[in-house]
Amino acid sequence: MSTMVLRPTSPAEVQEAVRAHRRILPRGGGSKPALSTPHQGQTVLDMTGLTGVLEYDPGEYVFVARAGTRLAEVEALLAQHGQYLPFDPPFVAQGATLGGAVAAGLSGPLRQRYGGVRDFILGVQFVDGTGQLVRGGGKVVKNAAGFDLPKLMVGSLGRLGVLTEVAFKVFPFPKATATLQVDFPSLAEALEALYRLLGSVIELYALDLVPPDTLVLRLGGLPEALPARLRRLEEFLGRPAQPITGSLEAAYWKDQNDLNRLGEGCLVKVPLSPKRIPALEEALQGVPRRYLSGGQLLYLAWSGPLQALDGLLKRQGLPGLVLRGVVEKPLIGLNLEQAFARKVTAALDPEGRFQPYAAQN
Amino acid sequence: MTPALRELASLFPPTRLLTQPGELAPYASDALTAFRAQPLAVVLPESHAEVVAAVRWCAKHRVPYVARGSGTSLSGGSLPVEGGIVIGLNRMNRLLRLEPKERIAVVEPGFINLQVSLAAAPYGLYYAPDPSSQPVSTIGGNLAFNSGGAHCLKYGMTSNHVLAAKVVLPDGETVELGQESLEGVGPDWLGLFVGSEGLLGIATEITLRLLPKPEAFHTLLAAYDSLEKAGEAVAAVVASGLLPGAMEIMDALAIEAAEAAVQAGYPREARALLIVELEGETPQVEAEARYLDEVIRASGAYEVRIARSAEERMKIWKGRKAAFSAVGRLSPDYIVQDGVVPRSKLGQALAEIERLSERYGLRVANVFHAGDGNLHPLILYNGRVPGELERAEALAGEILRLCVALGGSITGEHGVGMEKRAYMPEMFSSEDLAAMRRIRLALDPLELANRGKMFPGEAPAAHSHGAHPLQRAGVISGG
Repeated sequence: MSTMVLRPTSPAEVQEAVRAHRRILPRGGGSKPALSTPHQGQTVLDMTGLTGVLEYDPGEYVFVARAGTRLAEVEALLAQHGQYLPFDPPFVAQGATLGGAVAAGLSGPLRQRYGGVRDFILGVQFVDGTGQLVRGGGKVVKNAAGFDLPKLMVGSLGRLGVLTEVAFKVFPFPKATATLQVDFPSLAEALEALYRLLGSVIELYALDLVPPDTLVLRLGGLPEALPARLRRLEEFLGRPAQPITGSLEAAYWKDQNDLNRLGEGCLVKVPLSPKRIPALEEALQGVPRRYLSGGQLLYLAWSGPLQALDGLLKRQGLPGLVLRGVVEKPLIGLNLEQAFARKVTAALDPEGRFQPYAAQN
Repeated sequence: MTPALRELASLFPPTRLLTQPGELAPYASDALTAFRAQPLAVVLPESHAEVVAAVRWCAKHRVPYVARGSGTSLSGGSLPVEGGIVIGLNRMNRLLRLEPKERIAVVEPGFINLQVSLAAAPYGLYYAPDPSSQPVSTIGGNLAFNSGGAHCLKYGMTSNHVLAAKVVLPDGETVELGQESLEGVGPDWLGLFVGSEGLLGIATEITLRLLPKPEAFHTLLAAYDSLEKAGEAVAAVVASGLLPGAMEIMDALAIEAAEAAVQAGYPREARALLIVELEGETPQVEAEARYLDEVIRASGAYEVRIARSAEERMKIWKGRKAAFSAVGRLSPDYIVQDGVVPRSKLGQALAEIERLSERYGLRVANVFHAGDGNLHPLILYNGRVPGELERAEALAGEILRLCVALGGSITGEHGVGMEKRAYMPEMFSSEDLAAMRRIRLALDPLELANRGKMFPGEAPAAHSHGAHPLQRAGVISGG
């Protein structure tokens, strides 16, 4: 199979490419290969030529950049001013781009504190399926003008348009952080502690469940308040825990950012709520996995046939998104398609240029 | 009665189908009272199935409709369509499910915003979005207009707190958007639906995310002898790395109004008041309060008060929250504007608004969500003085254009509605608007759902008092 790869360096070139080619697959850094490997007849738009920070004034908490800009570059620039992307996109060291993080709709462990990518996106510019350059949202932290196209593009997997520019709200990173790893005698007790934490006044930057029965918590804030808060947290949990701090702590979370470390096979994202965990845990014995953000998000590495996982998720009433692995369709499990989805897709891509599977139909 | 109306009468009992002029009058307008329109009828559904029936009737007979709750829209977003149907959702006001452990509440669209927090309070939880209308406005309306409030910088707008919705599309089909998780896969369809101002359908069941109530608040009121100093104080707070839950500024006229209305005990002679509220875990808030104190001391405030009790905190907020309605005591009429500018442009925007105020000979009171750059200029006028309303509207329009020119938005939280549709081309290109219109037409080819709102050029929905200022200036055409 031969695939044509184009590398536009301006929105106008993206428009030109979309108008000239029947089937288009946008690709950023390629860190989520299941989403960026072309199918028969698709022309790849390599977006890594569309880079650069367009606006960043730390006092505004707003950041605007071309979609192909690497997250690593964004994070380094923000860190110079003590700021960060609070939704904590994964695969930073693996070359992930801003546009790819939005199109895949991916957030990491730190989403626990303030929210995911949909909560921080402010504006988008994209090329739709008719080749029009479209802007939605804006560059201010509060805005209610027009349809919320920025949110629509979150998780759109390149099906609704090719992102060329994105604007984000950013926040100050806490001046001090510490991480606690707390083991419980059983999953039930770990979950009970997780629920108590979620309903409490304790504010956590991360609250992960590492099966079978370990909670990993990250506290952040002013250094002078941290010791007292750590003591309170230990009392609250009623279990001893050794805090990890300093460079060791930073390295731990940097490692977690690369979800590939979970294990071999297909890497899959599953959105859920904590009440689904007990049933899932019964079904997922032996599968490398980690629950992020207080049980709202599961990433797992699946080595068996993908149809088996598809069936498992369907039985549990959950959808899934394959990020790594060879797949026909990256969306598995529960089918979330409905009339609203079909109609909006047809409006933005009437000729199906971004529809990856139409070629096989 | 026409055959179509008879058919509608077979779907709703007489007590929930209003057709008499006297019954329709309260529905002829929303909180933007400068616009009025006479609907053909009002229906008051009590279930999802009845909403479907009403929408299907509208689709069959090609009758435009608007869904509304308490009618608190300040942008004319729930103004009826002349000769159309109003679908009043106040009777669909049940709390369907509250799961404190999972931190979610499922409500009908007519459920009142503040009631969500009251229902969640026994579990130490609350619903974060707090528009100033929260004691009366409904969740359905909040969802349609992506309502804001004082806490948006840190917590986001309504859209960030809606997880799922059952929606009746304009053709009567029902879809489920979103899910109970904070995360999702595939395009964020719900994200598009929230804030679509009733143009894409009607939500009949809404799943909301609840948050734990913060353990501690630190609420500070600082008085300044100039607006500029208050604005610079906000910039200094941000630069210090603090992330307050809210930062609000009121100017002298707004202070006067608030004092006249609720006697909040504000320093009356101040040229500007700044309210900053920190919230979170007690040890953290205590430490942050020390930093905040240093920043505010250095900012040139001539008086600083700290709320020492919940009562003192409520009193500080009472004045701020009452400021809009309080302005009614200073002037027979006023227009509330809702523009946004980048925070660094606040000073420039305020200076320009002051110049415009003098040029137009109309007083402007300023209340704003300083952390978000969300301005609320209140333009005072007397509707009985010929030409004054038109002058006020022209001034309001200039303020909106100023916001866009400074890199901001024509609306931070009230929505576009009827009021601002003529200004959409100031902010978006014709290609941007065309893409939004294509989405609208894909879901509602007959443009029945809240016809005439948000987009310039859609069929006129109402008789207003005259041509829009931009229309007179030749900038736009159409109603």
